[in-house]
Amino acid sequence: MTDSLVKIRGLKIGATVYPPGEKPHDIEIVHGVDFDLEKGKVLGLIGESGAGKSTIGLATMAYGRGGVELTGGEVWVNGRDILKTSVKDLRRLRGTEVTYVSQSAAASFNPAKKIMDQVIEAAISQGKFSKKDAEARAVELFRKLGLPDPDNIGSRYPHQVSGGQLQRCMTALALCPEPDLVVFDEPTTALDVTTQIDVLMAIKEAIRDTGVAALYITHDLAVVAQVSDDIMVLKMGDTVEYGSVDQIINNPQEDYTKALVSVRSSEHPEKPPTTEPVLKCEHITARYKGTNFDVLHDVNVELRPGQTLAVVGESGSGKSTLARVITGLLPPRDGRIEFDGRELSRDMASRSREDLRELQMIYQMADVAMNPRQTVGTIIGRPLEFYFGLKGAEKRKRIIELLDEIEMGVEFIDRYPAELSGGQKQRVCIARALAAKPKLIICDEVTSALDPLVAEEILNLLLNLQEIEDVAYLFITHDLATVKAIADSIAVMYQGNLVRYGTKTEVLSPPFDDYTDLLLSSVPEMRLGWLEEVIANRKMESAGN
Amino acid sequence: MMKIPLAAMIGLIFTASYFLVAIFAPFLAPYGMAEVVGGVWEPMSAKHWLGTDNIGRDLLSRMIYGGRTTIFIATAATLVSFTTGSVLGFTAAVIGGWVDQAMSRFVDLIMSIPTLIFALVVLSVMPVTIPMLIIVMGLLDATRVYRLSRAVAVDINVMDFVEAAKLRGEGRAWIIFREILPNALSPLVAEMGLRFIFMVLFVSTLSFLGLGVQPPEADWGGIVKENKDGIVWGIGAALWPAVAIATLAISVNLVADWVLNRTTSLKGGRG
Repeated sequence: MTDSLVKIRGLKIGATVYPPGEKPHDIEIVHGVDFDLEKGKVLGLIGESGAGKSTIGLATMAYGRGGVELTGGEVWVNGRDILKTSVKDLRRLRGTEVTYVSQSAAASFNPAKKIMDQVIEAAISQGKFSKKDAEARAVELFRKLGLPDPDNIGSRYPHQVSGGQLQRCMTALALCPEPDLVVFDEPTTALDVTTQIDVLMAIKEAIRDTGVAALYITHDLAVVAQVSDDIMVLKMGDTVEYGSVDQIINNPQEDYTKALVSVRSSEHPEKPPTTEPVLKCEHITARYKGTNFDVLHDVNVELRPGQTLAVVGESGSGKSTLARVITGLLPPRDGRIEFDGRELSRDMASRSREDLRELQMIYQMADVAMNPRQTVGTIIGRPLEFYFGLKGAEKRKRIIELLDEIEMGVEFIDRYPAELSGGQKQRVCIARALAAKPKLIICDEVTSALDPLVAEEILNLLLNLQEIEDVAYLFITHDLATVKAIADSIAVMYQGNLVRYGTKTEVLSPPFDDYTDLLLSSVPEMRLGWLEEVIANRKMESAGN
Repeated sequence: MMKIPLAAMIGLIFTASYFLVAIFAPFLAPYGMAEVVGGVWEPMSAKHWLGTDNIGRDLLSRMIYGGRTTIFIATAATLVSFTTGSVLGFTAAVIGGWVDQAMSRFVDLIMSIPTLIFALVVLSVMPVTIPMLIIVMGLLDATRVYRLSRAVAVDINVMDFVEAAKLRGEGRAWIIFREILPNALSPLVAEMGLRFIFMVLFVSTLSFLGLGVQPPEADWGGIVKENKDGIVWGIGAALWPAVAIATLAISVNLVADWVLNRTTSLKGGRG
């Protein structure tokens, strides 16, 4: 017990909240958490947003972000309780004994300074290394982390390297001062799946080679299973389950953990192709105004009524551009769009109200997709009023029906978006789209901003609604688990081209082209040893490299 | 009942009393506006609380009537500048393209000429009446409001909920007044307090230079002008309007700050 590097006992964390219209008051966000971490071990902290995992991660540096206060318990690091130690000692601790890797490297690096200067800053400021030694160590770390041109990459500025590379530079930054503990706070969440696995592997090897201890914070159990020795499952500031990786993944005890483990496994039976497609895109080529290259090249897809076409690809593959072309926000340079048997005008402004009504859209970020100054009733009611001329009691009745359909109640009708949870917000956006009685809904990454369990609920809701309303979905996503759960046919996009297209079974059965293979194999799977297997077997380097 | 912070309370009380005095001027003023009731520059007394002015009119009555004129002109000009400025700014942001370019460059052109000089030139060829003053001041100041509201609206215009409204097929009027305006209100309201004070200063400056409110009509800038020669003799009559302008400016700003603070935290509004 005494030789563990980090020992946390009864950690309680509080925060002051400022609810609108009420007096500010204190709440407790972490209610007594215990864990031990030995040298060279990795503990994964997992939970949905609001579980307190990042807050606990920062507590190992005795730090509370924005109004957060460590109110009770003990945090022992290297044999001393850092909640009671001096400010001077804390300054020595942070950045040399304990370091931190944040989710967004792009936001954490200073864009005006070279990468090398930032990587070695903490190491030399405490006098632990000379500048020359620190630089040599940084280059060594760059090499270990698999960065291209390790000798010179440090002289670049942060914007001159890709997102995945910058995330690895940040890992080098954290490892450079030879810390005892590194806190990884969602280090791969903002990356594409194909890039994520390289970064994940780099982190895993770096941890193994340098022998540091690490806290790995994420909401994705499949990811944490690849790098951790132990896992702690958190929910609303309480420990749900704490055990070895093997036990949590293969033999979870609590219902909540079981739900997390099985979250990506739902499968959706594919519907057979029917007669006439509701949407037909032929030879779509598009580019943005003021640029001289096409972001979509000759894309052909079809979507049958009441079915789902999933458009898959990583960022920059042109999948959202395809949605903009179909909605008419970006008129294509070439090609035609047929909708419900008639040709759609290329430009949104010249489409009829009927065309607009039958083609609705749901966005990724539900909180900016709704006017913050309108109530739920106004948001859902407007399409009813606008397309069908409903007023007064009749409109209200229909709003309540829609609220029931999305499994929310009449009590939400007068709430503002800020008073809803993430999942509820997305439900309201779905109701707004359904209010127009559309034939096709474009869903642009509708579940990516949500916690896994909430995302699954939203997917199930969408599937149920498809049965009831017989609406077709064009489902844009980068997540193949989502695709398996919802799609009838799949279009895989890469750098503006359609690389693979067909029914779900066709697309997901071998033989694969190289890119589809890379994409399919990059989706984290809920089993141990998956990461090593993939790295050993894949045929193509990820695009982020 | 919501709690009003002390600073805002003081601001509210002062602003409200200035406005009330302006509205009920004829009932409150002890003497007529242009009535000569005593000697030149009489000191403060029970009969004339603030003394008399350069030709023997009661200074308190002049101040009350002057406040009425100044506040009325400033309020009206602020309304003119906000209606034209914000509607045009929002329109430019929503339509975009060459319409936006043309309007914005025209506004830049107007703004490149110092406002006071521009106003002096216009007012020296136009008849100086109160409606003319309001229109000239309002339109010149609308350029500033245009800039602010366009900048705010450009930000809001790219948000998904505005795109959703466009995809629904909503007209420009709905997008401007129902989607953008409610979200742009808090910066605009704060700016309104500031612009109102600029208007007070502007009309006072014009009157001081003789191109604003014409005598015998009273206004604060005019009172300074009429009594400025007394300062040399140690007579403080010209200082009262200055005090009035300063306290009004501070109290309006205290209120504007509070409004800004309150509305940004309201229902997840823009911070």
